[in-house]
Amino acid sequence: SLPAWAGCPGSRLPWEAEPSWSSVPSCPLQDIRNTVGNIPMEWYQDFPHIGYNLEGRKIYKPIRNKDELDMFLEKMENPDYWRTVQDKQTGAELKLTEEQLELVQRLQRGMFGDVHFNPYEPAVDFFSHEVLIHPVTNRPAHKRSFIPSLTEKEKVSKLVHAIKMGWIKPRKPKEDTPTYYDLWAHEDPNSILGRHKMHVPAPKLRLPGHEESYNPPPEYLLSKEEELAWQQQEPEERRLSVLPQSYRSLRAVPAFPRFIHERFERCLDLYLCPRQRKMRVNVDPEELIPKLPKPRDLQPFPSSQALVYRDPSSLVRCLSICPSGQWLASGSDDGTVRFWEVCTARCIKTLPVAGVVKSLAWNPNPSICLVAICVEQQVLLVNPGLGDKLLCAATDQLLDSYVAPEEERLQPVQWLLPTPEQHCKGMRLLIQHGKEVKQVTWHGKGDYLASVGCEQSSQQVLIHQSSKRWSQSPFRRSRGLVQCVLFHPSRPHLLVATQRCVRIYNLLKQELTKKLMANCKWVSSMAIHPGGDNIICGSYDSKLAWFDLDLSTRPYQLLRCWAGASQPAHRALAPGPVQIDLLQNPLLVPVKVLKGHTITLDLGVLDVLFHPTQPWVFSSGADGTVRLYT
Amino acid sequence: RRLCILKGIYPHEPKHKKKVNKGSTAPRTFYLLKDIKFLLHEPIVNKFREYKVFVRKLRKAYGKSEWSTVERLKDNKPTYKLDHIVKERYPTFIDALRDLDDALSMCFLFSTFPRTGKCHVQTIQLCRRLAVEFLNYVIASRSLRKVFLSIKGIYYQAEVLGQPVTWITPYTFSHDHPTDVDYRVMATFTEFYTTLLGFVNFRLYQSLNLVYPPKIDGQANAELKPVEGKEYAMDSESYLEKLSALSASLARVVAPTHEDEVELDEFPVEGETAEQMDARKKEQETLEKHKKLFEGLRFFLNREVPREPLAFIIRCFGGQVSWDKSLCIGATYEASDRSITHHIIDRPRVERQVVGRYYLQPQWVFDSVNAKMCLPVADYFPGVLLPPHLSPFVTEQEGDYIPPEKLKLLAMQRGENPDQESEEEEEEEEDDNEKEEEEEEEEEDESEKEEEMKLKKMEEQKTQSNKALPVKVTPGKLRLEDKQRLEQEQQSEEKRLAIMMMKKREKYLYKKIMFGKKRKVREANKLAAKRKAHDSALKEEKKKSKKARRA
Repeated sequence: SLPAWAGCPGSRLPWEAEPSWSSVPSCPLQDIRNTVGNIPMEWYQDFPHIGYNLEGRKIYKPIRNKDELDMFLEKMENPDYWRTVQDKQTGAELKLTEEQLELVQRLQRGMFGDVHFNPYEPAVDFFSHEVLIHPVTNRPAHKRSFIPSLTEKEKVSKLVHAIKMGWIKPRKPKEDTPTYYDLWAHEDPNSILGRHKMHVPAPKLRLPGHEESYNPPPEYLLSKEEELAWQQQEPEERRLSVLPQSYRSLRAVPAFPRFIHERFERCLDLYLCPRQRKMRVNVDPEELIPKLPKPRDLQPFPSSQALVYRDPSSLVRCLSICPSGQWLASGSDDGTVRFWEVCTARCIKTLPVAGVVKSLAWNPNPSICLVAICVEQQVLLVNPGLGDKLLCAATDQLLDSYVAPEEERLQPVQWLLPTPEQHCKGMRLLIQHGKEVKQVTWHGKGDYLASVGCEQSSQQVLIHQSSKRWSQSPFRRSRGLVQCVLFHPSRPHLLVATQRCVRIYNLLKQELTKKLMANCKWVSSMAIHPGGDNIICGSYDSKLAWFDLDLSTRPYQLLRCWAGASQPAHRALAPGPVQIDLLQNPLLVPVKVLKGHTITLDLGVLDVLFHPTQPWVFSSGADGTVRLYT
Repeated sequence: RRLCILKGIYPHEPKHKKKVNKGSTAPRTFYLLKDIKFLLHEPIVNKFREYKVFVRKLRKAYGKSEWSTVERLKDNKPTYKLDHIVKERYPTFIDALRDLDDALSMCFLFSTFPRTGKCHVQTIQLCRRLAVEFLNYVIASRSLRKVFLSIKGIYYQAEVLGQPVTWITPYTFSHDHPTDVDYRVMATFTEFYTTLLGFVNFRLYQSLNLVYPPKIDGQANAELKPVEGKEYAMDSESYLEKLSALSASLARVVAPTHEDEVELDEFPVEGETAEQMDARKKEQETLEKHKKLFEGLRFFLNREVPREPLAFIIRCFGGQVSWDKSLCIGATYEASDRSITHHIIDRPRVERQVVGRYYLQPQWVFDSVNAKMCLPVADYFPGVLLPPHLSPFVTEQEGDYIPPEKLKLLAMQRGENPDQESEEEEEEEEDDNEKEEEEEEEEEDESEKEEEMKLKKMEEQKTQSNKALPVKVTPGKLRLEDKQRLEQEQQSEEKRLAIMMMKKREKYLYKKIMFGKKRKVREANKLAAKRKAHDSALKEEKKKSKKARRA
């Protein structure tokens, strides 16, 4: 490396000092080759020099013409290549001495640099348990340690004073375990607080049944379906709180996983559940059933089917019976009116009419033999010519004795005389209405009759006088759709049932006397007791409202009802006849369920009728029969 | 909340919920204003406040890491007592006994908790102590009446001073602590219950002239001490354990007089007939007999048997009991003792049997106690399929389903011995069945034929009657039945009509009651049908196995 330095002009190299420099390179006093100090040498990378010597001259870098080939050649030729390092500060190459090599090797092995240093010297236990004769430190004790402290004395005297004055008390011994004594030694039952009288003690937990046993009888174990159902139920809904399980021996029984839960729930119940005394209804269900008079005591009433009147054509819509009770008229859907003899069930007469027979009414006056039939827009007055010939003749005479009044009066309907053909059949008068008629009813005396039209208008209800062939409309304006109309049996009253209520009009004074609220949705029909005090209203929502006219306008009793006596077309159950005892407390007693009709076209019983003199009931049904129950 | 729990204040259901809740129907709990005012007058409220202040101070000291202050505060930790609340809530002792069920169950549960976490160690120890004390009282007074092994735990019922006290203990397994349980609520309850139970125990011990806190009887103590005292570290702990071993009798304040069972003076109460007196006397006798059920018997518990409940039950009925010395302290005699009469074991097989004692499964003890008599041991040998364990708490009313085992038991209690008869019958039946089996098939064919014939005849008759005139004379007997049936029909119809006439509310009630009744009947029928099916299945299996054996 020397020739490189020689070729550098102006540089004075202190070769003399080299040996000492190489041995102690870090000491600045002996060899200060470069005065830049301990700086990163990269700063001089781009300069030709690498620092300054003591005299302030530049130290130039060696001319680096050593390429890879030179390096290789040197490596091959120089036997000391492995111990040659480059000095970063001067750029000179140094050969490490033997000592330096050894130091490097020691450091590499992780040993101390100093050869003579022994890290494992035996430890001398200086502060040991053994008391030495000489003190460790030779310092004499301070004077403070011989005289009592004044500040301490002050504190102690304060405490002493406090104790003397009783300000500080000795600490109480702690009691860990609570002491128990006879708490109820002096029980005084009178001293019970009022609160405790009101107190509702918590109900005890339900005791377990057989199903909770660890080895229950086999019938208490759930089958697979039941178990599935149990698991799908909400925990509150389950009838069994736990799934019954069976174990062969006590050893096999596991811990119950919800034990703590259950205790916790009990705790919650105890302090969060409202408590209330609930009166348990402890009644015998038999006692709830009202005591009704025995049906046997209320006899006679119809109890069995006696006769069947077969109508071959179609369903029998309406029934009527003559006041003597000998003849029965029935109107059917195919436009015929049949007259039956009650006792023999024979059809005496068949009267074809123009359309469906909506309603039939036999004149209640026993001296007049007349039937009012409503067919479409007409009301026919028919003399059936049955029974006493004299009676029939008298009726005819009565009708014929009409003398037309002098002055023609304006009438809401037309009174027509029948054609001879019709006369032969028995028709005596035709009352032609403007609209369809759905119901007709007679007054008790047999002279007046009322008819109800189908559509709502002021002329829906008309009253006709058959002997004078004169009609009038009693109402100036309509008050709802009229369902049916009845004459009061004894007083000059007209009862009009609309959808929701029943109105009673006094015909003489021409005023409204009463309005009965039926409390049901749609009144279908109405019946009045022969005494005139009690009214029964049937409705389409299968209710019966029973009014007592003397008491109030509200129903005296509302009965949820099977197919009502006055409600046609409900079921194949014929209704129980309604028996009214006019004693102190009138009672409605269902007496008997009469069965017989079969359902056709979803319709069962269409009309029900009592016999005027006998305890018999007629019922007409959709199956084309009329049945007599006796 | 804590106050409500301690004072036993519970919410009330207002009469008009909407009105009280200002129109909203949201679920809320309502307390009576009176109750809340009552709570405010409670002196313990001040103690609670003090405690709150203490906690605050302590936290502050911790925050400032003033350890001396912390120590001082801890030393002066405010405490409170619940004595007056117990007295106030239960003005008489009987009231307290009535409410003891929950207290006992809770104490027994807490005493099984591990000593770490969840609640204070002192509470657990106290619970354990009180529970053991109570058990010892029950043993001393012999007041246990019923026990029941349910899947939840073991139910016990004791009659303490005429009051039935029922409690449940869990099976001895470590608890899987649920996370959705508020242990603070439970701890508050337990706090109150321990106070209550302590006082009740004191009073009960006093009533029996026993020393409270309980001490083991002197002689037994002397015997026990030298042997086992050294093996246990702490004296106090070992003492409690010895107590809980339940093997020794307790010391009495007054030396036990042997005239304990003084004949009860008979005070003829007016208005009570002789029959009632007799019945009472009889009841008394049976009770005495029940109390001495295991008297003179010596039991040995094998190590797999739950020791504590069994030892408790056996000692309650006067038996002597021991167990393996390594299992627990307090064993009085060894397994090889000749005088042992019953060896309770819960293994499928016994390796070495000692002659002169019964090896039984633990269910025998429970069933015998419930049956009030020592049951025949044959059903309870190790490895045998046990008879079902029935609940003693069920009292069947009329119309309820009664399992056949219960019927058998009742019959046995009445003194009959239907067991043998029925077994014999069964055997006979089986024999018959086997003999008849082959015949049966033929018979079945025959019977089928017969039935067909009958049916044909009936049909013929019917057709004949249809063809013939309607006025046909029917036999008298049939007529009679008809009449009865008619009457019945009429009655039912009358009833139906009457039901129609009922008021709406009454009808609703009536329907509800009838529904409940019908459901009961349905359930009973279902159970019976299930049992029948099960029995028949069992029988068939038996038959098959027998056949297989023969083959």
